[in-house]
Amino acid sequence: MKIPRISRKTLGIPYAVFLICFVIIPMLIIVVYAFTDQNMRFSFENFIEFFSDPTKLSTIVYSLVIALLTTCFTLLIAYPVAYILARSKMKKKYVLLLLFVTPMWINFVLRVNAIRELLNWIGLLGETNYFNTVLGMVYDFLPFMILPLYTTMIKIDNSLLEASADLGGNPFVTFTRVTVPLSMPGVLSGITMVFLPSMTNYVVSDMLGNSKITIIGKFIETYFGTDWHMGSMIALILLVIVFATTALSGGFRSENNTRGATI
Amino acid sequence: MIKKCIKATYVGLILLLLYAPILLLAVYSFNEVDLIGTWGAFSLEHYAKLFGDPVILEMIGNTVGLALLAAALSTVLGTAGALGFYYSKKRTRTIMYGASQIPVINAEIVTALALAIAFVTVGLEKSYFTLLIGHMIICTPFVVLSVTPKLKQMDNSLYEAALDLGASPTKALFKVVLPQIIPGVISGFMLAITLSLDDYIVTSYCKPSGFNTISTYVYNATTKGNAHTAETLASFWALTTIIFVIILAVVLIANLVDGKKKEDRT
Repeated sequence: MKIPRISRKTLGIPYAVFLICFVIIPMLIIVVYAFTDQNMRFSFENFIEFFSDPTKLSTIVYSLVIALLTTCFTLLIAYPVAYILARSKMKKKYVLLLLFVTPMWINFVLRVNAIRELLNWIGLLGETNYFNTVLGMVYDFLPFMILPLYTTMIKIDNSLLEASADLGGNPFVTFTRVTVPLSMPGVLSGITMVFLPSMTNYVVSDMLGNSKITIIGKFIETYFGTDWHMGSMIALILLVIVFATTALSGGFRSENNTRGATI
Repeated sequence: MIKKCIKATYVGLILLLLYAPILLLAVYSFNEVDLIGTWGAFSLEHYAKLFGDPVILEMIGNTVGLALLAAALSTVLGTAGALGFYYSKKRTRTIMYGASQIPVINAEIVTALALAIAFVTVGLEKSYFTLLIGHMIICTPFVVLSVTPKLKQMDNSLYEAALDLGASPTKALFKVVLPQIIPGVISGFMLAITLSLDDYIVTSYCKPSGFNTISTYVYNATTKGNAHTAETLASFWALTTIIFVIILAVVLIANLVDGKKKEDRT
């Protein structure tokens, strides 16, 4: 039997076709829907309506505030953790890091449900919707912030810190002038990895915010049931925001987005 | 010394907060009453309920089956894709890597919406097939991401040597290239499983009605909880505890083995 010869390049064809059919074409369909009206005629109506409707804009603003708060709190909590772990001289510190990542492997919805039960128990569920949502998001996205921070900080050359000390820098100066600038790449990828889901992952806001909080992701979801054209327009605006942020933060870093599976 | 104490306390406190909700559920999953905060007596009732409910068992089976299938298909598709792109011309390669990144960077809701609208546009009804496609879109880019670095580290002359020694390109691919990238393939597969297990948004947009995974089932039970009793919610505590224990065991064993290997090498 003759084995057919496989050229190495042709191995990529199935995935290329897959990407075109299920990623590129759907995106193009979204663009078409975004710029057409109910009769499928070309129109800017959705775009104009989106930016002139105060309720839509206020939803976006609320969503951005929630995402911003989540990102700030996550960074404030994660930075010291990553710093302490990276600078620790402990022999088995990777086990500690692993403990921070392990909850991430429990099913996402079950994890949110666990916080829901906790909030229910202390009596906050249904009372403090915004607080609950931000708390849940910080809790769920914390590992996404710790990991990139840790991987950048562990790479900081110790001799740089010693040099700073030798040159008379006190620990505070060394921290602000050496550690912080050198950890910026980690901070940036951490921010992009937390900010986006906290704008769009409506599982948390629905389950903890008593379905009373509409973030951009939920907004798109509600339009999916009623008006695909407006839904597509919001999705498109979100798409532009996402790609702009990614481009601004210096492109996408794959090594930080492996969700800890390679530790 | 004081500094060290503060550091340890801080890390410990954050860890405690991180595990508090899960530990709370773990403790009360052994409670006779299905109310958190009221301790009845020790009981395995919630576990019995969990394993005695055919609906819950079915959704667990669905979740695991879908994850394994989607991960296996994504691994084959992604590994072949990574190989093909790696050996393509630079321009093709850049474009294809870029296209492969779209689902990774994009918000999941946008991917899900685009896919659901596309399926309706071409008249494809939601089925297990559409769900599988949805999961493969989430998983495959990550397989490519974990295989590609291994390809870059690979020694290309070995492949050429195999050809010089008379191996067919296909044979050289399987006997020389594949063994060198296999760690990337395996971590890609594992990553794909965790991504598929975790997914809610794409699943909810692509799944046929009546089909549930853990994510969609628990989401619906908690947000539209009219048809579900406190008993069902309590059986989720047992489910969370079981999953947590399994994960903890896997992580610890994997790292003990890995740590041993590292110690042996040095």
